[in-house]
Amino acid sequence: MSAKRDLKFYLTFFVSALVLAAVVSFYASSSPDGLEKVAGDIGFSKNAKDSANSDFALSNYGVAGIENERFSGGIAGAIGVVATGAVASMLFLVLRRKKNE
Amino acid sequence: MHIPDGFIDLQTSALFAGGSVIGVGAALRGARKELNDKSAPLAGLTAVFIFAVQMLNFPVGAGTSGHLLGGALAAVLVGPWAATLALTVVLLMQAFLFADGGLSAIGLNVFNMAIIGVWVGYGVYLIVKRLLPKRRASIALAGAIGGFISVPAAAFGFVVQYALGGNATFSLTSVLTAMIGTHIVIGIGEALITGLTISAIMASRSDLVYGWKKNETKLVIKEI
Repeated sequence: MSAKRDLKFYLTFFVSALVLAAVVSFYASSSPDGLEKVAGDIGFSKNAKDSANSDFALSNYGVAGIENERFSGGIAGAIGVVATGAVASMLFLVLRRKKNE
Repeated sequence: MHIPDGFIDLQTSALFAGGSVIGVGAALRGARKELNDKSAPLAGLTAVFIFAVQMLNFPVGAGTSGHLLGGALAAVLVGPWAATLALTVVLLMQAFLFADGGLSAIGLNVFNMAIIGVWVGYGVYLIVKRLLPKRRASIALAGAIGGFISVPAAAFGFVVQYALGGNATFSLTSVLTAMIGTHIVIGIGEALITGLTISAIMASRSDLVYGWKKNETKLVIKEI
């Protein structure tokens, strides 16, 4: 249970997520998801409004201005992984019980 | 599964945002019991992993795709309270950074995926685990079944929201049938990913897995 062993595991877990989001995501299905499909079939998909931030640089998992889809999506995925990691880690580290509590 | 703006009216969205705030508030307190120096980093990484795998839509036939929700997976790995928070962080990042899921629909999405998905998935996991032998493989199998049920359960959350405040007049029965039917199929993918991920982590670091730690007899060594 050494700290080194923990660190190796955490790092492996993080790199796996990074590869999935930045590389494998390119091969994900682009078909509508369950809810989009149902909304389309039944007829209420036209009610969907663009989010207020839909013009934002990263909207829909692409980086605005990068034409190459593989890079655009890959970089967006990597940014998401890093940002999610930063926010979630900070939250959980603040909430955790300290050793002596 | 991420509801965009415009599907559900603002009153209903506000109602579920209130429910989500209460649920996440409870999770902020409950998660303290689950998080220590070892599990806190794992909880952060679980959020990261779920964010990544949610990008990987898999085809489920008929021009439809699905993706992992991750509620049961997170609950088995880090406990249900921390799982609620992990999923909430993922949904907030998706809505704010990537415009995935409407901003006014955040409460609806957190309620369906971070609360219903996590707690139904965890509840089913606990029931199934009790029925199975106390073996390592049972954790992954029980988690997979929890994951399977959590997806139509989260979809049912949408159906309730549609019934209360859908901006459309299509029959509730057809929405119910289509949502549950489609999401049972997506649930199979959820079960596979959940089971495989838990198995992989059980094989390397079962000592970190919340759902397994609770099974082990506690050996307390007092420091002198």
